Amino acid sequence: MEFEAIIGLEIHVQLKTCSKMFCGCANVTGRAPNTVVCPVCLGYPGALPVMNAEAVRLTVQAGLLLNCRINLFSKWDRKNYFYPDQAKNYQISQYDQPLCLGGSVGISVDGTEREVRLTRIHLEEDVAKNIHFESSSGVDFNRAGTPLMEIVTEPDLHSADEAYAFLQALKQILAYGEISDCNLEEGNVRCDINCSVRPVGQRELGVKTEIKNMNSFKGVHRALSYEIERQKRVLSGGGTIVQETRRWDDVAGMTQSMRSKEYAHDYRYFPEPDLVPVELTEAQVESWGATLPELPAARRRRFVEAYGLPDYDAGVLVAEKRIADFYEEVAQACGNYKAASNWVMGETMRALSEANMEVDASPLRAEALAGLIQLVDQKTLNMPAAKEVFQVLFTEGGEPKAIVEARGLAQVSDSGELEGFVEQVLEAHPQSVEAYRGGKANAIQHLMGQVMRLSRGKANPQVVLDLLRSRLDG
Amino acid sequence: MASGFSEHADQIDVGYVAHLARLQLSEEERAAMQAQLEQILAYVDQLKEVDVSDVTPTAHAVPVANVLRPDEARPGLDTADVMRNAPRQRDDQFLVPKIVE
Ligand SMILES: [Zn+2]
Repeated sequence: MEFEAIIGLEIHVQLKTCSKMFCGCANVTGRAPNTVVCPVCLGYPGALPVMNAEAVRLTVQAGLLLNCRINLFSKWDRKNYFYPDQAKNYQISQYDQPLCLGGSVGISVDGTEREVRLTRIHLEEDVAKNIHFESSSGVDFNRAGTPLMEIVTEPDLHSADEAYAFLQALKQILAYGEISDCNLEEGNVRCDINCSVRPVGQRELGVKTEIKNMNSFKGVHRALSYEIERQKRVLSGGGTIVQETRRWDDVAGMTQSMRSKEYAHDYRYFPEPDLVPVELTEAQVESWGATLPELPAARRRRFVEAYGLPDYDAGVLVAEKRIADFYEEVAQACGNYKAASNWVMGETMRALSEANMEVDASPLRAEALAGLIQLVDQKTLNMPAAKEVFQVLFTEGGEPKAIVEARGLAQVSDSGELEGFVEQVLEAHPQSVEAYRGGKANAIQHLMGQVMRLSRGKANPQVVLDLLRSRLDG
Repeated sequence: MASGFSEHADQIDVGYVAHLARLQLSEEERAAMQAQLEQILAYVDQLKEVDVSDVTPTAHAVPVANVLRPDEARPGLDTADVMRNAPRQRDDQFLVPKIVE
């Protein structure tokens, strides 16, 4: 029997604000436990939450970027549950009147483009972090109260590939919109998966399982690939799927039943008495819409027009906002737009992917790369030497000129100095000389390589080529 | 959504509501709560008799909206003060019974 998977996602995105959602504690990560907390985010009785205006603006802007309808009236509710990730036994969230409704994200999988519909976007407070010890668990409230946007999709996705493409597309838009840093390592984006399977042609949905708290897109892809196959196997074998929450075990590469015997979610939402509603005006929403940052498609067009880049280059460079920003800095600082594109798309992106690193986390600075490009343009460096300098800039940082001097990498263009090497090589490789003279033009490449080796990579290849030609052809 | 409060007040499921609130009730307490909650709900039910067809629903008791603050960070509490009342702690974290998922 043929099956199809029906997948919906709930994506939690931490907003890029200075302070938390309902208190003035800083919105930062990586601090020592319980150092960025106050009576509000610790959930002390009697502490009064006050809305962060910027978090409301960012959520509305996200809604505009994702084609949502903005709810001019929205309100806050308490979601009641007991779990040691919050102390007041409820989370402030939005239940029936969220800030944004509907919406869509375009995805492209295997060359097919389509729209994935969103159900809604609401704003809530993030919860505390639990750290597990041998016989107890610790609670760190630094994260509690971080503005958290929850984006809910319609069950519009049908494969692990589609879910992955959707998350990438969503991240790209939110990063471009400066709504969130979207740094997955920092936990800025987390995702719950709802997944069911049904025989093709069947109208009613199958029983779904939920996989909670995924913090990487690759993890989502792997978990879904596993879970879809598992459900198909169970159904094909005549079994039934149990509605339950499953945990993704990344090491074992499988989902496992959490077995926690719980009542169906009953959060007993009710209106939050400590917070008044949010009322927006059309004019306000319009003015926020007018200040939306440039999105990838527009930036790609601008890169082609302003920097004269091929459309392919522009597409690669704009895929990630931080890379695009970095490229623009390099291009403007060095003035050689195409060379900047080659260096960013080539060496830089390769080194980043090998180091599994974001561009702003590497020691490589845009102005240093621009300086390196200028040294190549001025013929102070040849390509192999430039790549060596790049490695240093990437791993240690520093200033390209100083590295060239310290390592004696400056290119030798003086033909007097190079003639000696040429002479030696011609004497040592008579068969290549003969081959070249006999019409094998390629043989000159071998001779060039030998000269470059003698010069320890510093010879100006153009000068070497000219010298070789004049000796061989003369 | 299951709420434990059905249309008719006499059908309130006290055991379910108690579980959601993490309350352990003895049989006597459960019977007493059953009677008391039913009385309360019956009292609230009287509100249904009021004609509200001309009244706009509100989300809040006071007609105020948009109490917002600018996005500015300020220092919070000192960690030593925060941890002072923790019944159990380790490395400046509150300790709770081991969470089993
Ligand atoms: Zn706080």
